[in-house]
Amino acid sequence: MSQKAVEKIDPGVAKIEAGPQGTETKHSRRKSEPKFTWRRKHLLGLQDLSREELFHILDTAVGFEEISRRSIKKAPALRGKVMVNLFFEDSTRTRNSFTLAASRLSADVLEFTAKASSVSKGETLRDTARNLEAMGIDIVVIRHSSGGAPHLLSQCIDACVVNAGDGFHEHPTQGLLDIFTIRQLRGDLKGLKVAIVGDITHSRVARSNIWGLHTLGAEVFLVGPATLMPSGVNQLPVTVCHDFDEIIGQMDVLNMLRIQFERIGSPVLPSVREYSRLFGLTVDRMKRAKKDVIVMHPGPINRGLEIDSEIADGPNSTILKQVSNGLAVRMAVLFLVNRAAAETKKSEATVEMI
Amino acid sequence: MIELLIKNGHIVDPANNIDMVGDVLVRDGVIRELGKVNGDGRDVIDASNLLVVPGLIDMHVHLREPGDEEEETIASGSAAAVAGGFTSVACMPNTEPTIDNEATVDFVYRRADRADKANVFAVGAITKGRQGKELAEMGQMVRGGAVAFSDDGEGVQSASVMLHALKYAGMFDKVIMQHCQDNALAGDGCMNSGYLATVLGLPGIAPLAEELMLYRDVQLAKQASARLHVQHITTAGSVEILRQAKRQGSKVTAEVAPHHLLLTEEGCRSYDPNYKMNPPLRTQKDIEALRQGVADGTIDCLASDHAPHLRSEKELEFLHAPFGIISLDCALGLYVKALIETQTIDWPRLIEMMTINPAEILRIDRGTLSVGARADITIIDPHHSWRVCVDEFKSKSRNCPYDGWELGARAVCTIVNGVVQLQLIPHKCGS
Repeated sequence: MSQKAVEKIDPGVAKIEAGPQGTETKHSRRKSEPKFTWRRKHLLGLQDLSREELFHILDTAVGFEEISRRSIKKAPALRGKVMVNLFFEDSTRTRNSFTLAASRLSADVLEFTAKASSVSKGETLRDTARNLEAMGIDIVVIRHSSGGAPHLLSQCIDACVVNAGDGFHEHPTQGLLDIFTIRQLRGDLKGLKVAIVGDITHSRVARSNIWGLHTLGAEVFLVGPATLMPSGVNQLPVTVCHDFDEIIGQMDVLNMLRIQFERIGSPVLPSVREYSRLFGLTVDRMKRAKKDVIVMHPGPINRGLEIDSEIADGPNSTILKQVSNGLAVRMAVLFLVNRAAAETKKSEATVEMI
Repeated sequence: MIELLIKNGHIVDPANNIDMVGDVLVRDGVIRELGKVNGDGRDVIDASNLLVVPGLIDMHVHLREPGDEEEETIASGSAAAVAGGFTSVACMPNTEPTIDNEATVDFVYRRADRADKANVFAVGAITKGRQGKELAEMGQMVRGGAVAFSDDGEGVQSASVMLHALKYAGMFDKVIMQHCQDNALAGDGCMNSGYLATVLGLPGIAPLAEELMLYRDVQLAKQASARLHVQHITTAGSVEILRQAKRQGSKVTAEVAPHHLLLTEEGCRSYDPNYKMNPPLRTQKDIEALRQGVADGTIDCLASDHAPHLRSEKELEFLHAPFGIISLDCALGLYVKALIETQTIDWPRLIEMMTINPAEILRIDRGTLSVGARADITIIDPHHSWRVCVDEFKSKSRNCPYDGWELGARAVCTIVNGVVQLQLIPHKCGS
């Protein structure tokens, strides 16, 4: 590596370490507002996050996105920190994304898969967490089949907890990366019409999107079969619709959820063909949409089921952009929770000294 | 000859319509005199300003023995009962193995004798292994002492099996007690269905899952001309179905648990498995309807559904943790909080729901202070403020959401078959 390259990197690193002030971009429009301080050491969901908090993560992510475009994709923000990927459910992309995000911030990463661990021998989540903590873990990224597992974890350990998807509850970093992607393309979310299409009942992605989009002023439409709408859906800040064609023309964003194959043929869905015809984003249906509509999908895609290949790979699709943005958003989240934890420790130390 | 005199108590015996200040004389485990009794030379318990009532009966507890003795035993569970003022409990058959034959029923009575605390009455399973398919040997179990039948934890799903069970149990004048829940509708739900479950991302159990089976069973009981007892009802809809059934003369009775009178689904917000029960906690609207049902006689009994679980199990994730909480040690105070302090009912009605009503449903010779009756007596301080501390419970388990609660009433003396099993008030010896 040449001396010149090193010099080029250093200012960027300094910027990142400086935090939010260092990440001013065209998206940061509130320079005149008082400086905002991020205080959460856990990210469990988007439901409780304020507008300021959401913008703060998104703004921070803009700064991190730039690192991914450098030739040396590394910043020292989490040097000496240990992050564990505690995954109790299969995941490839979310896990990889967190791993890469952590390593770009120079953290050490420990991979923990439930199947290979002692959980199968009857150890509880608490025990597992405490054992990990005894090894000096700073951040736990958890995916779990039970809603609320990250809450349970956050109550029994000191480390930061980041929810990477819990049951049907939330998948906050997915919600954030979806919102980040929309904001990147449209600047402002206010008044945008966003349709979330598919199995809402079993979707944590839908829930995180609903809360984040609603807080930031977008209008959310839920589209899908009545058998896959959760109870009490009408009390959510959304409009529910069972006729995709009726609303598709007004939408600015179409977020197509993945349909789990095990639902097909169960009492809730008669067939792939019927689902695709009623709720899939087909080439035909796409003709009714706005020319510049943003087409999203959290992946992995079932081509020909919820979305046709031509659309998934077409000009409106942001599917791969979402993946890249996921990295930046997760770097921002890891950076922010770790700093909040450090601040807490510092203030506790001060209290002890007094 | 063992004699004990309870002096100056406020005697409430709903079975005999007694509500007066007086004395109760016990000799050799039997109530001998009621009214004004001379205390000279006798062992005396001063019950001034206290309520003297028939021993309380909890017709719905889980004592986990045989099979899960690490959670509770018949000994620890009956110790918790007397600590809470209960002289009799009826234990559910969802043990390992299931209490579904004469030998296991007999086992319960032998263990209870050995424990020598509360009276323990065995409830046998309706179907073999609680599988909902073949009737269990009810006749044999009745011979062993079973007082009722239930597959509690599961409802009998097949209408045909349920109809046969009602008819068959009727031959022995034993009641079928049903946990009303349609499994197909309830699915893998773990809390009340609705907006909150959706927000929390937890699968729900709709009120309809309970109400549909309740409605079905009322019709089946009518068809069978048999008695039906509905366990732990939870919804406003269920109260209404029962009210109509009773109006039409159905032989149906019902119980409600303290948690369904005091806690709502909001408790699940914290993902604390101590708020996970089956049937689930519902809403404030349901609590109001249940209290109304208690007030107007639609609901007959109060029963705790005391369900012990290991701490390690209840520390699991909400979805994976087992259903149920314990409350035998503090149930009386909870009922008082839910029903007396809210002025829903008065003391005589509360005592009726905890004594003679369950005794009549179970056809057991308990629940009154009649002269000649077994001396099961509970003395209650109706103005005793105390703080619930689960670590002081006699139960082996600690899965209880009421830890730290302030309650306003407490059993201060529990007498079972004439023997004092709990004594928190002074006792003057005569000799």
